[in-house]
Amino acid sequence: MSSFKEMTGKAVAMDRTNVDTDQIIPKQFLKRIEKTGFGQYLFYDWRFKPNGELNENFELNLPENHGASILIANENFGCGSSREHAPWALMDYGFKVIIAPSFADIFHQNCLKNGVLPIVLKEDEVAYLLKQSRKQPYELTVSLENKSVLGSDGFKAEFDIHPYWYNMLLNGWDEIELTLQLEERIREYEAEHSGNSTRIS
Amino acid sequence: MGNTIIEKIWEKHVVHREAGKPDLVYIDLHLVHEVTSPQAFSGLRMKNRPVRRSDLTFATMDHNVPTVNRNQIVDPVAKNQMDTLRSNCLEFDIPLADLDSPDQGIVHVIGPELGLTKPGMTIVCGDSHTSTHGAFGSLAFGIGTSEVEHVLATQTLWQAKPKTLKVEVSGSLGPGVSAKDVILYIISKHGVKFGTGYVIEFCGDVIKNMSMEERMTICNMSIEGGAKASIVAPDDKTFTYLNGRKYVPEGDDFLDNILEWKQLESDDDAEYDNAIEIDGNEIAPMVSWGTNPSMTAPVNSRVPYLSECDTEAERKAVQRAFEYMGLEEGQQITDINVTKVFIGSCTNSRLEDLRAAAEVIRGKKAAAGVQAIVVPGSQNVKKMAEEEGLAQIFMEAGFEWRESGCSMCLSMNADIVNPEEHCASTSNRNFEGRQGAGARTHLVSPQMAAAAALHGHFVDVRNLAAVEV
Repeated sequence: MSSFKEMTGKAVAMDRTNVDTDQIIPKQFLKRIEKTGFGQYLFYDWRFKPNGELNENFELNLPENHGASILIANENFGCGSSREHAPWALMDYGFKVIIAPSFADIFHQNCLKNGVLPIVLKEDEVAYLLKQSRKQPYELTVSLENKSVLGSDGFKAEFDIHPYWYNMLLNGWDEIELTLQLEERIREYEAEHSGNSTRIS
Repeated sequence: MGNTIIEKIWEKHVVHREAGKPDLVYIDLHLVHEVTSPQAFSGLRMKNRPVRRSDLTFATMDHNVPTVNRNQIVDPVAKNQMDTLRSNCLEFDIPLADLDSPDQGIVHVIGPELGLTKPGMTIVCGDSHTSTHGAFGSLAFGIGTSEVEHVLATQTLWQAKPKTLKVEVSGSLGPGVSAKDVILYIISKHGVKFGTGYVIEFCGDVIKNMSMEERMTICNMSIEGGAKASIVAPDDKTFTYLNGRKYVPEGDDFLDNILEWKQLESDDDAEYDNAIEIDGNEIAPMVSWGTNPSMTAPVNSRVPYLSECDTEAERKAVQRAFEYMGLEEGQQITDINVTKVFIGSCTNSRLEDLRAAAEVIRGKKAAAGVQAIVVPGSQNVKKMAEEEGLAQIFMEAGFEWRESGCSMCLSMNADIVNPEEHCASTSNRNFEGRQGAGARTHLVSPQMAAAAALHGHFVDVRNLAAVEV
């Protein structure tokens, strides 16, 4: 797992509710068998016109927003399909942090697994950030260690994160490796509950 | 205080619990498909890790597969993904229902059909519609590819214990109202995130009176309300459905299983974190008009006026949906014309769905200019539908009868809706571009999709006779 400690970067506003993972990475790009190279397809149908030309009005295409690494989003970001290609695409494009009032469950989990930090802030705090990040340059400093978001305009907010993910991300631990250390416990469980499941092969 | 079915299954599957961590939960069944697994297998290979329990893992290919000319896969990238699943299953000794297998089909159709899905189990798959399997009283949820890799390597997952939400659907459904209408109605009323952070238990007379296939339709779309999983307590219908299926124990073992499964239902004094009550009598056939499943209205009504939106954010979202869908505010649902009809997907591609659609079109013809395709959920469904004459009814009405797969639900294969074309679809998501760039999806029941194919626009199946006159 990639570690996350602290970062400072440009924030960009995407003020749309219920942005689903079909928008984040459309299905025609899910056929690759690698985890890399998805950034070029991020928000494909919004970034590009049907004829393949750049849609200059789309948030991420405005010149002042180029190089943004923090996405300020609205409620229920990442709903729909469980495709992990969504955080892979966001990450590959350059996003390291997503701030929203709420996230869909599976997407939230998928971000954490990839070291993309999904931060839930209060609605009024997100509304403020959505407004401020329309006036570039607007920078935020996100510290996982302090669980804080600081704005170049003096904005300050704190966020919660499950202690498990706090430690996993700060240390960049390999989750599977840690679980495999509980191998004996897993084997005991299997011995006690052998009737739970049907063996297929 | 007693326990809910959700807590009972959860507690039985906790392998390890310690302060400051989610629970480490055991997974009884892991379903795998071609799109969300290749990177997980690569991860195992990179660390030289084996698949811990290939005997609790089952794979099929469904998302990419062609529904015509099965053996001529023209898209080389899709073909590579299918070939990769095949070689991964071979390398890691995982059973695979391959393209030419009589058991191939949509992963959420074949799991129950083969009896892989059983009450009390924990089931995961790298697909959000894994919630479907909850219809059998199992705790089933979608996961990402990192979690797929974790389950392959350890047969466990770190998961925070979910909150519980009771959704009671009381009363009874009128004629022409289906399970699809129930779930669309619930989402239209409570939005696309009422279930976030929860596992839903569906109960009440309407649910109790539903067949297993109808319960699957309901559980399938709980994710569209934000809930990763939903569950229905197993009952005699569940046991009857499972009896004699390929991976269900036989004889005394099965009877022992039933005794155990009967203990799963929520205790009378169980408490839920939240509850919602729905009156089944109020539900009409539903049609989605917008770009998320909550943007749905009864067929005999209209799309909203912008002035009816409660918030600025909602007004913006509705305005944007109107532009994408090419609709005017206040427009009657029955005035929306369709030129494409899709009957299929893990929501509505089972035998009962095909029967319901066939009943509507028997002896009639699809309207001129409408392309209607029927994609059975599995090869087994296809075979049964052919044997009882349903395929014939569809073909005589001018519908195309296809091979099984996910098909036009997400259009990863060649089955797509054209830009600006309206499609009456029995699938689960009406997101922008879901069925093709610029495609305009309307989510409906199989009966409503079939009726729309006959008329070239939406009609209320309850008035079909009147419409014919």
